[in-house]
Amino acid sequence: MIRALPIAACCLLLLAPALSPSDFYVNVATQILIAAIFAMSLNLLVGYGGLISLGHAVYLGVSAYLTIWLVTRAGLSHFPAALAAVAVTTAMSLLFGILALRATGLGFLMITLALGQILWGLAYRWVSVTGGDNGLSGFHRPRPFGIDLAAPRAFYLATMAVFACAFVLMAALVRSTFGAGLQGVRDQPRRMQALGWHVWMVRLVAFVAAGFWGAVAGVLYAYYNQFVSPHVLALTNSAEALLMVIAGGAGTLLGPVVGALVVVMLKHVVSAYVTRWVLLLGLVFVAIVAFMPEGLVPGFDRLRRRRRPAGGP
Amino acid sequence: MRFWVIQSLNGLALGGLLFLLSSGFSLIFGLMRVANLSHGAYFMLGAYVGLSVLNAGYGFWTAVAAGAAAIAVLGGVIERVLLRRLAGRTFSQVLVTLGIAFIIADSSLLLWSGDPMPLPVPRSLTGAVPVLGVFFPKYRLAVIGISIVTAVALWALLERTRLGAMIRAGVDDMEMARALGIPVPRLFTAVFCLGAALAGMGGVLGGPILSVYPGLDMDMLPLALIVLILGGPGSLPGAFAGSFFIGFLYTFGQALFPQLAYVILFLPMVAALVLRPRGLFAARAA
Repeated sequence: MIRALPIAACCLLLLAPALSPSDFYVNVATQILIAAIFAMSLNLLVGYGGLISLGHAVYLGVSAYLTIWLVTRAGLSHFPAALAAVAVTTAMSLLFGILALRATGLGFLMITLALGQILWGLAYRWVSVTGGDNGLSGFHRPRPFGIDLAAPRAFYLATMAVFACAFVLMAALVRSTFGAGLQGVRDQPRRMQALGWHVWMVRLVAFVAAGFWGAVAGVLYAYYNQFVSPHVLALTNSAEALLMVIAGGAGTLLGPVVGALVVVMLKHVVSAYVTRWVLLLGLVFVAIVAFMPEGLVPGFDRLRRRRRPAGGP
Repeated sequence: MRFWVIQSLNGLALGGLLFLLSSGFSLIFGLMRVANLSHGAYFMLGAYVGLSVLNAGYGFWTAVAAGAAAIAVLGGVIERVLLRRLAGRTFSQVLVTLGIAFIIADSSLLLWSGDPMPLPVPRSLTGAVPVLGVFFPKYRLAVIGISIVTAVALWALLERTRLGAMIRAGVDDMEMARALGIPVPRLFTAVFCLGAALAGMGGVLGGPILSVYPGLDMDMLPLALIVLILGGPGSLPGAFAGSFFIGFLYTFGQALFPQLAYVILFLPMVAALVLRPRGLFAARAA
């Protein structure tokens, strides 16, 4: 009962934007959900795997590029293009995972960063395929089963359905035996190895799962913006996702969603007044990391537990 | 033939700039276990400071000194105020340097606008001289020379002085160095300032070749990362060899396959990770 209440509240919260009279709020809510899927996928690595990646924009970006490129340049229809984009991006995450997991800790962070920057540079310079700085445009949202996704509300509901699937499946993953193993590998890799877990393989599976959901977020990103440019692969994008995870609370299910809400809202509120988003992103980053390292959701949890000392788990 | 000679010399010049950038990056990483992700931003900010000093009417070498000094002070303040607070929390330190990189990048855009601006070549070094049958800009030769002199000076500092012995001890075994009474906190500040100064100096020296523009920081940072991955953390010879190797590769890559130059950088990194994950020049497990 106590558990059902917040879930019901969340569902109401999720439905509310669809009732809003203004397209603006519907679109902001759509962006929050896409960012939340992206942040949750990164949380698999950062929060549950203890592997801090600074190149997660790669999966969102490559998938978004592929989604648009396959439709506008290769002439595929929407559904096979989206499937192919997710499949190719997931395969790429397997390859990158094998490379990046040659190291853990700082080495892992630096390899993911270098791989991300290389793809960003490639998107800028490989003009004949990526359109360079101009990016790829001329893409339109699909009309599956006669539903016109060009309408903001319809697209919001579609995004919400994907978000709900992503949330439930990722929650199931981290609560499964595999999820327990992943968290064990994060905390005690040597003991887990002694217990017979294949530490490297557990990390690789988590990496590929993160790549897969990042790719799903990338397809939604492509549909939402109907345009993609090298900006999507920039380090700021990877850092924003990491900020969402850390600000909300790494290694919690709701943390990245709260983080996505806060960061996307902040971005919209701020860009209404000033144009210096990157400066603010840097300041927030320094402030959160230096002064509130555990994030909003665990901090709130602790506060609640202090108020009800007997009731907590 | 002309093409190969000119591009080889260009590769050497870029390699020299990369060495100024990545030697500090590698020393900081080797000693402090901090991947200083603002290092590219230090390079860019150094170039902007140099540009302002030049615009104020001072000479080129004053600008180089000012760039190095300004970034050394900035690095020292960041190390003292922020990184020290987070001692022992490696990831927090790295993420703070990333935040600082964003702050520097966006503030520079605000202060110096978004147009690419080349720094003028100092008057004494304009023109070209014949080298191996081709005419090559004097300034680029000077950059190659300065970077080699810097490398020798750094080597002498590390191998021949008391400070250098303390730094080497810290890189090899921090716990033991502390136990022997080496003032590790002061050592950290000194190395961080030194690394920052080298990056700032590299930025000003690179100005006439690369010019300075928003995004220069993010163009340089991956190169420093790849040099570190190739050369191994805290290794001066590794940073030296890695810098010139990447300098050559990037220059030839850009000349031969301009659209794919960035991917060509990726290949030696993959090879290094597969064959020698701790770096080609790392003496032993870190």
